Amino acid sequence: MVYCIGHSIISPLGEGSLANLEAVRTGRSGLRMYDHRFADVEPFCASLFDEPQAFVPLCIRSVEMAVNEQSMLSSKDTVFILSTTKGDNLDLWTPAQTIAEHFGNPNPPVVVSNACTSGVCAQITAKRLLEAGLYKYAVVVGCDIQTRFIVSGFQSFKALSPEPCQPFSPERKGLNLGEAAATIVYTSNPQPTGWRLVAGSIHNDANHLSAPSRTGEGAYRCLTDVMTGVKPTDIDLLGVHGTATLYNDAMEQTAIERAGLQQVPISALKPFFGHTMGAAGVVETILCMLQAEQSFVKMLSGFGGVNAAIRMLCE
Amino acid sequence: MRVSQEIEITPTSVILNGTPIAVSETDSKMLVELYRRYVGDYPKFFKMDTLSRLGFIGAEMMLKQSDTSSQVSAVILANHSASIKNDNDYLATISEGNYYPSPALFVYTLPNIVTGEIAIRHHIQGETSFYILDKPEQLKPIVEATLNAKYSSLNCVLAGWCECSKADTYYAKLQIIWNN
Repeated sequence: MVYCIGHSIISPLGEGSLANLEAVRTGRSGLRMYDHRFADVEPFCASLFDEPQAFVPLCIRSVEMAVNEQSMLSSKDTVFILSTTKGDNLDLWTPAQTIAEHFGNPNPPVVVSNACTSGVCAQITAKRLLEAGLYKYAVVVGCDIQTRFIVSGFQSFKALSPEPCQPFSPERKGLNLGEAAATIVYTSNPQPTGWRLVAGSIHNDANHLSAPSRTGEGAYRCLTDVMTGVKPTDIDLLGVHGTATLYNDAMEQTAIERAGLQQVPISALKPFFGHTMGAAGVVETILCMLQAEQSFVKMLSGFGGVNAAIRMLCE
Repeated sequence: MRVSQEIEITPTSVILNGTPIAVSETDSKMLVELYRRYVGDYPKFFKMDTLSRLGFIGAEMMLKQSDTSSQVSAVILANHSASIKNDNDYLATISEGNYYPSPALFVYTLPNIVTGEIAIRHHIQGETSFYILDKPEQLKPIVEATLNAKYSSLNCVLAGWCECSKADTYYAKLQIIWNN
């Protein structure tokens, strides 16, 4: 088990985890139409920063907001783990190295690039590296910036909703893209109180490159793995991927029902943030913790055959 | 950790478990030659980008020889330049004044797609993960930590380096690794 000792979110909805929580609580969404943001690209609905952000400075600000202790960031006991799909203009390694060097960290960073689930997978990687005793602290940064490259590709897939997305709605028309940077810090040093990452699991559907299996096999196996030793009634909140594509949500619903979790309240945050890709798993983990603490859940209504799940516990 | 199989593929050579395999082609044509010799019945191969072809062929040759594909429960690969070769191919379809985005190319603009191709081919419903690292040796502690993770029932993984930065510039060194 590893312990969460800090977090932050920077998104078009606000600076800091609490500002983003407040936006969600009051029902404020970052989604709007963009007409001429990128050359040649048809109008699309997304959640983007008003001022285009540079990848590395955005990540650095997110880390600074999550961590008070500079000495921890520069320690040989700390590893930086970057979760991203397209990085800084298609370069994934250099930004990770630049961020780690900025904080004077001596260790080679690790970049996790598992499509939509990267942010959850990066936390599972953090847990493993800490539990193996390789490091005492892991700084997990999730970030993606929307580009002409990404938006044109999703448009070519016909995966984008022309309006704000509606996860799990029979009327859902696809996903919206979004931008964010989020950081979550874990340590293997036991903490008396607070959130801890108890279990994590990653499974592949082995079904199709860009469509989930009808039985939700990968997601189902992830859920049963992380539910080992606990009952569905022990779970207070289920954070879902909920991209609002036809197939993702159908698959996820099947997996949730197969795991016996259909009575658990769910948190589906894409109607606020869009799909923030490499940041999504980190943003959504942080907001699930905060929503569970404050006992409220907002649900206004995928791509990839890889599925991942984690279970968090608060003492 | 115990390594039972190992393959190394460069644009001019293939070495399977220490034994060089004779090839007549080089570069991307060599991967097609290996496909025709060792697979032949999986036409989806021709839709794949070079990174996926490289990982697919490497996995195929190791698993065919050892017949351990039913025991492999995870695919953990890494490289340095993610999916940059295919990213550049996709970029060419959205150049200004010649904007025809190709969904067939866009689907391969994620590095972890190669792990999915291997999982689909060999019906591996365990973990698939892709890491971007500075050097190949940095994958070893990650694989070790994965095999030893609590709640993990992983016993046998296909892991290694799978890199393709340009059309005919590629390198793979893959292994079948056991937890005992």
